Amino acid sequence: MNFSIYDFTSFTQWIDKVLYDNLPAFWAIAVEMTIIGVAILLFYALIGLFLVYAERKVCAFMQNRVGPNRVGPFGFFQTIADLFKLLMKELVYIKNADKLLFNIAPFIVIIASFMAIAAIPFAKGLHAIDFDIGILYVIAVSSLGVVGILLAGWSSNNKYSLIGAMRSGAQIVSYELSVGLSLVTIIILAGTMQFSAIVEGQANGWFIFKGHIPAFIAFIVFLIASTAETNRGPFDLAEAESELTAGFHTEYSGIKFAFFFLAEYMNMFIVASIAATVFLGGWMPFHVGGWEGFNHIMDFIPPFVWYIGKTFFIIWIMMWFKWTFPRLRIDQLLTLEWKYLLPINLVNILIMAFIVLMGWHF
Amino acid sequence: MTPNQLMFAIFSAVIIIFSILTVTSRRILRAATYLLFVLVATGGMYFLLRFNFLAAIQLTLYAGGIVVLIIFSILLTSHIGDKLEQPDLKKIIPAFLAAAAGMVITVFTILKHNFPQEVAAGTDRTDIRVIAKSLISTEKFGYALPFEVISILLLAAMVGAIILAKKRND
Repeated sequence: MNFSIYDFTSFTQWIDKVLYDNLPAFWAIAVEMTIIGVAILLFYALIGLFLVYAERKVCAFMQNRVGPNRVGPFGFFQTIADLFKLLMKELVYIKNADKLLFNIAPFIVIIASFMAIAAIPFAKGLHAIDFDIGILYVIAVSSLGVVGILLAGWSSNNKYSLIGAMRSGAQIVSYELSVGLSLVTIIILAGTMQFSAIVEGQANGWFIFKGHIPAFIAFIVFLIASTAETNRGPFDLAEAESELTAGFHTEYSGIKFAFFFLAEYMNMFIVASIAATVFLGGWMPFHVGGWEGFNHIMDFIPPFVWYIGKTFFIIWIMMWFKWTFPRLRIDQLLTLEWKYLLPINLVNILIMAFIVLMGWHF
Repeated sequence: MTPNQLMFAIFSAVIIIFSILTVTSRRILRAATYLLFVLVATGGMYFLLRFNFLAAIQLTLYAGGIVVLIIFSILLTSHIGDKLEQPDLKKIIPAFLAAAAGMVITVFTILKHNFPQEVAAGTDRTDIRVIAKSLISTEKFGYALPFEVISILLLAAMVGAIILAKKRND
């Protein structure tokens, strides 16, 4: 086995071969699925913890503060301490709630984001499922999360929760359109919905550069719409603290609250990964078509580092949004989507189709 | 038992159990949630058949769209304490007969149909490009006309909904 950090294909194939040689086919598949599940779960938890820390630090710097700085170097272990605090907390029992729905709502939210992460390519060969409908799959499973939010708001039997859930539902359902349509713009350019083919298609330049202005407009629209879809500020009116205490998760405590919290951060990570993969080339290094020497230098940086770097760049932009803009009202939110983003998107798709038809892209 | 058979058994069990719970539950939002599980398991069944496109459409439209719409309207109209009444026998018996008749016809058709033993190579997976082309094709087996007719129907429905929802000025 030759292991390299530039291409994980041989590594994963080696694991596959060892398992199939030593186990019956059924158990080999079962073990493989368990390995992938545990790996993604670990990654999920670690990234979630890191994102909470990053959010607090970024927020602190934006507001000219220091942020967490007591637990570990630069407060790095603060979120781990917070996690233990959340695990120890009592799960408050609510008397007049619909207990069954109240208990399954956090799981629906977290399973939706967990399903989406399975289709994301992390590096060359490090890709759990490579569907031919990759982008459509991610849009489909991430649309399930809103059901959990609606159920949580209703089953808590609390006015604030219900209002928060309604706002969140209206917001996610309308912004899903813009997310989908801005991705369609790039699907037209790429000619495929498969994530691996999309990444390969950017070997001679990322789509945001290859697609001229329409690709750039699609990128901006995707950033705005996906920030709204993940219920993050300035679109966080579903959990507006000053009006609704905490919105749909007001009545949740302990680990169930942590599930909502973690799912929110992971959804941000997932949309950032999709933006990085579809617009900025995913794990593909920065290549310029024709500049062989330059491309070779860029290839020295491992794909996984490129992927993480781009994803965190987009996450940083989304945090910047949150701590810069004031929260929108519900009417402003819906006006922005239905009167601005959606028409821009539709015209943009037409322009992109025309450019692809005429062969004007690189 | 192969993994595929195991997954088939799990999905079928989920579909059967939650379908029954959907119609027997007396709390309307729980019924909607059980319906969500049925639709998601059906989507899983399509994934098992490697019909990925249909599976994703099933998840987006039914689970992510229609169920969300149903839950939304329940949220606006019903209170958490509300419980549906137990329907009387006069309604249960015809409903049961209709459902049983539907099941008998379906099972009879499936058992009678002569399924091909072998699937021709390359046809076990529908290419998304084929679906896309046939949707806008005007030739035989093209769906351009039905597609446009459905869009006009949808437009008419939307205009109707807006007129109904709009307040009269008089």
